[in-house]
Amino acid sequence: MSIHRKIVDDLIGAQVGFVTTVPCKQLAGVIAEVDAHPDILHVPSNKEDEGMGLCAGAWMGGTRAAIIMQNTAIGVTINALATLIQYYRMPLPMLISYRGELGEPVACQVEMAVHTKALLAQLNIPTYHFHREEDAGELRQILEYTYMCNKPVAVLMDAGFWKGY
Amino acid sequence: MIRYEMLQEILPVIRDQLVVCNIGIPSQELHALEDRPGNFYMLGTMGLASSIGLGLALVQDKTVVVIDGDGSVLTNLGSLPTIANNPRGNYVLLIVDNGSYGSTGDQPTYAGKKTSLAEVARGCGCDHVVECAAEETRAALEAALAGDRMTVIVSKCESGNARMPVIAMDPVVIRDRFMAAVAE
Ligand SMILES: [Mg+2]
Repeated sequence: MSIHRKIVDDLIGAQVGFVTTVPCKQLAGVIAEVDAHPDILHVPSNKEDEGMGLCAGAWMGGTRAAIIMQNTAIGVTINALATLIQYYRMPLPMLISYRGELGEPVACQVEMAVHTKALLAQLNIPTYHFHREEDAGELRQILEYTYMCNKPVAVLMDAGFWKGY
Repeated sequence: MIRYEMLQEILPVIRDQLVVCNIGIPSQELHALEDRPGNFYMLGTMGLASSIGLGLALVQDKTVVVIDGDGSVLTNLGSLPTIANNPRGNYVLLIVDNGSYGSTGDQPTYAGKKTSLAEVARGCGCDHVVECAAEETRAALEAALAGDRMTVIVSKCESGNARMPVIAMDPVVIRDRFMAAVAE
């Protein structure tokens, strides 16, 4: 089974029915699986804070929601995380393509990579870092944990995890 | 007619709907006019009302009325293509277009100058866009609720605010009772 399929199977296992995405090269496979799955309503968004609004609405409507995005989006979404998701105590799994780590060919990606964990820590957002494929074994549990505690939770998935791109 | 007067007029029409209301003075005015569990007041995150309302409308069948503003729509302009491409008949976006950033001191917005939000919405692919005077908003909203097409209403209001108290309710209370109203 491909890692993309495994991620989507875990979303389904955790009863996630709504997913919004902003693309990243590393995420192409998982976005395609999300889009193809009949039990997930996939609504691509144009910016990640918009996506967090969509997820907030879907969750209040009774459907578990998740966002798939790149780590550069942390720079875009701090206000939405603090004053919407955290302030109203909403669960939000963030499956994040972690650009700018080992294997990164584009120098500019490193500039946000060096801030990513610090920003997440500053926001007290539980953060998991997948570096090897077997790290995804925890994904299902991370999703359940997110919906248990009603917090945003970050899963950073780096180039090693995706095995290059 | 300013926003507050328009909200007064539409109150009987939105009373039985789920309402997601824009941050700042619009939420304060709605809250002062009639507070109820079916109102979701945004206390932060300018611009996301239309997105929150869309997410809600897409996963359940009750009608969702979003009360947004011209400044907030401009802030989150990317929302309009998402709305247009994921239409649902239970979604009504009411843009209170008073040509100003009402909650921050009535600075002019571009919507009050050369930019037509109705044309922007049409250009983004929204199939049913109604622009009306503030005085016609109630009728436009009634028509939208009676039909089964997703509707964007651009209500041209005068700039100005009614000074109402800040909403002191805890956000988790707002959210929890709103979710109960959704599930009811
Ligand atoms: Mg305005």
